[in-house]
Amino acid sequence: MIHARNLPFITTLAIFVIAYALCVLQFPNMLSTRVIGNLLTDNAFLGIAAVGMTFVILSSGIDLSVGSVIAFTSVFVAVMVGSFGVHPLTAFIAALVISTLFGCLMGAMIRYLLIPPFVVTLAGMFLARGAAYLVSTESVPITHEFIDAMMGFYIRFPGGGRLTLLAMIMLAVFIAGIFIASRTRFGANVYAIGGNIQSAELMGVPVGSTTIRIYALSGFLSGLAGIVYTLYTSSGYSLATVGVELDAIAAVVIGGTLLTGGVGLIAGTFVGILLQGLIQTYIVFDGTLSSWWTKIVIGILLFVFIVLQRTIIWYSNRQLAVRQLKEV
Amino acid sequence: MSAQHALLEARGIGKSFFGIPALDEVDFTLGRGEIHALLGENGAGKSTLIKILTGVYRRDRGTIALDGNEVSPEDVGQAQALGIGTVYQEVNLLENLTVAENLFLGRQPRRFGMIDRRAMREQSKALLARYGLNIDVDALLASYSVAIRQLIAIARAVDLSGKVLVLDEPTASLDANEVKGLFSVLRQLREEGLGIVIITHFLDQVYEIADRVTVLRNGRLVGSRALSELPRLELISMMLGRELQHITREHQAEPETVDERGAPSIRFQNYGKKGSVAPFDLDIRPGEVVGVAGLLGSGRTETAFLLFGIDRADSGTATIDGAQANISSPEAAIASGFGFCPEERKTDGIVGDLSVADNIVLALQASRGWMRPISSAQKRELADAFIKSLDIRPADRERPIKFLSGGNQQKAILARWLVTEPRLLILDEPTRGIDIGAHAEILKMIERLCSEGMSLIVISSELEELTAVAHRVVVLSDRRHVAELSGSQLTTDAIIEAIAGTGRTEAA
Ligand SMILES: Nc1ncnc2c1ncn2[C@@H]1O[C@H](COP(=O)(O)OP(=O)(O)OP(=O)(O)O)[C@@H](O)[C@H]1O
Ligand SMILES: [Mg+2]
Repeated sequence: MIHARNLPFITTLAIFVIAYALCVLQFPNMLSTRVIGNLLTDNAFLGIAAVGMTFVILSSGIDLSVGSVIAFTSVFVAVMVGSFGVHPLTAFIAALVISTLFGCLMGAMIRYLLIPPFVVTLAGMFLARGAAYLVSTESVPITHEFIDAMMGFYIRFPGGGRLTLLAMIMLAVFIAGIFIASRTRFGANVYAIGGNIQSAELMGVPVGSTTIRIYALSGFLSGLAGIVYTLYTSSGYSLATVGVELDAIAAVVIGGTLLTGGVGLIAGTFVGILLQGLIQTYIVFDGTLSSWWTKIVIGILLFVFIVLQRTIIWYSNRQLAVRQLKEV
Repeated sequence: MSAQHALLEARGIGKSFFGIPALDEVDFTLGRGEIHALLGENGAGKSTLIKILTGVYRRDRGTIALDGNEVSPEDVGQAQALGIGTVYQEVNLLENLTVAENLFLGRQPRRFGMIDRRAMREQSKALLARYGLNIDVDALLASYSVAIRQLIAIARAVDLSGKVLVLDEPTASLDANEVKGLFSVLRQLREEGLGIVIITHFLDQVYEIADRVTVLRNGRLVGSRALSELPRLELISMMLGRELQHITREHQAEPETVDERGAPSIRFQNYGKKGSVAPFDLDIRPGEVVGVAGLLGSGRTETAFLLFGIDRADSGTATIDGAQANISSPEAAIASGFGFCPEERKTDGIVGDLSVADNIVLALQASRGWMRPISSAQKRELADAFIKSLDIRPADRERPIKFLSGGNQQKAILARWLVTEPRLLILDEPTRGIDIGAHAEILKMIERLCSEGMSLIVISSELEELTAVAHRVVVLSDRRHVAELSGSQLTTDAIIEAIAGTGRTEAA
């Protein structure tokens, strides 16, 4: 059964399929597993961060610190491994603990000091970026046999494409995200808070701990995205990934999640990521277009989707009124 | 579990908001297998007491004991864990979730740690069957009417409550049949030994269902009595702290006085919309009160929607002062001097963070356009006048309206339309959730406004109220205007006959 609330997701999916078909008509090579494998690997870190962002937006919050946390984690890991000779695994765990605690802290401030998420995570954005500079202002290259082993691990598709470890991590995060959102009480509470925080509270939802957990999850996934980004670029750089949170938000919105919270699907975000990746790939294939076209197309898509969502909400309210009249 | 203790016992509860006491030294005792009505005027502190007992608010003073053990729920979740289920006055569940998700939020059945959607669906159906509701539990809550949502909220609370069930104005949006269904469930729960607290402004219902009553006034305990030995008039004076001057029933407007008012100034002819309301004729004279009666779903609210342009008529014409009028949108209706106070004021009406005064002048400001702001002196004057005439409490125009009690918010919304001085004001259930003192005030005010030439359409399910205020009553049944009663024909019995006359059977 198709709920009106899933319509944006289905629309996005349809648009993606059509767009992909059009691309393939023009460049048959785009159907190859090689392209698909690259698309997944190139967008792995963004996808991971976008899963966290989806939970935050579902709860009608926002997390602007994502890009900075990614940068901090990547510099932190690079310096730990490159300069201090710490084992990568230890560095990864330390980075994840830090980023998760950072998210916890922001969640607690949002809940208990009643500061809007926009303000708290904006401060978090500056703080994490500053901390990244503090660790190092240089681009720190990173080499370690453990990391080489990780990067050497992939599954080969027929046709020469590779499903890299990074892509696998992203897919695993998406699957876990879908599961958490739709099949756990925590997930249900996230939707409840996003729907109406007062009602949720009066229905007995533990708003405080849920809010903290939402931002902790976003922090954790930003940290994981940072690790994946470090592996992807084999370096850590404090100036990197500026504005990635906005790309993540765009993917979430294009995926059909309402910015007002309470409605949306993690799977939608996945399609949103794929659509962004598709646009980039198309531009690469075309060869004459400037990469700024990615931004322009995403901008247009965002506009289209926001208008679409409004229309759907308007239309379903209308339908509802009619149905209620007929109901009794 | 020990029999010598009351089920729930609160002692010396005190609570202030911003230094203003809302509750002072209130005791409340609920027994097992008892239905206990909690009564009082708007703003008496009923909802506040409930919220303290269920962990929404922190109390300043006092103790709460459940089964003789002291408890102190920190939030609603803890109260639920203790076996206290509540339907709050303002809770409307979550529109973005399905019915089943709403029913089981926070306590979903699980298998291997995962929410078991199938079990949840089955259990939801079983739960609602008890209330005679056979609806699609996978549909979004938003797709159901207020009454059904209210029943869902009640079903959820009942299912949650192992020991105590609290219902804050549960019947406000239910029709007579649904109330009957609810009460039979409550009686059954009483048999099972549950303690039930019910807040309502319908005294008939109190006498029908409750065993005991506790009355609050201005945040203080007036008394707690068994209903069997408490005459109704005494109960009312306990609530008001004075005798109720009897609502003038002799009114029953004589037709002559209406005819003297001259020709109808607003006429709707053959007005209707397919699938909504069958075409009808309606003439409204200046200073006339036209009542609209009918069962829930008979087309009452739909008629109001048509008249106010929320729904567009697809047949017929409207004329105002002899000139054709095109009422195709609420804006057009407002421009023609219409006002509409809808049924769902609680959710749609108020702007919580604005002050009482701002809320009162909102519609007036909108009709003047934002380029011509109302001066603050004028705003103060208007607000104070209506706070006084409607007895809005506390009488503080600067207070954000969200801090007012439910009934007082409702009065403020009524004031919002009254300040615009419309020539035709449509009121859908104007006295729901309003205490009997204010009820009488509002009826008086309606009469005064009419003597000043305003016309009113009053939609109400309380027939006594209609016969008391209306000059004429239009009776609806099956989305059709089936009768129009006036003068000596206008009695509650005649209305009931007219409703029943078409032999309509209740579908929902
Ligand atoms: N959160 C709040 N902040 C400030 N004042 C409040 C708050 N909640 C209630 N009050 C005040 O406490 C008093 C009691 O309100 P309460 O809601 O308990 O009344 P009530 O008896 O439920 O009335 P009603 O019948 O209108 O629902 C009112 O004067 C109200 O303005
Ligand atoms: Mg109340």
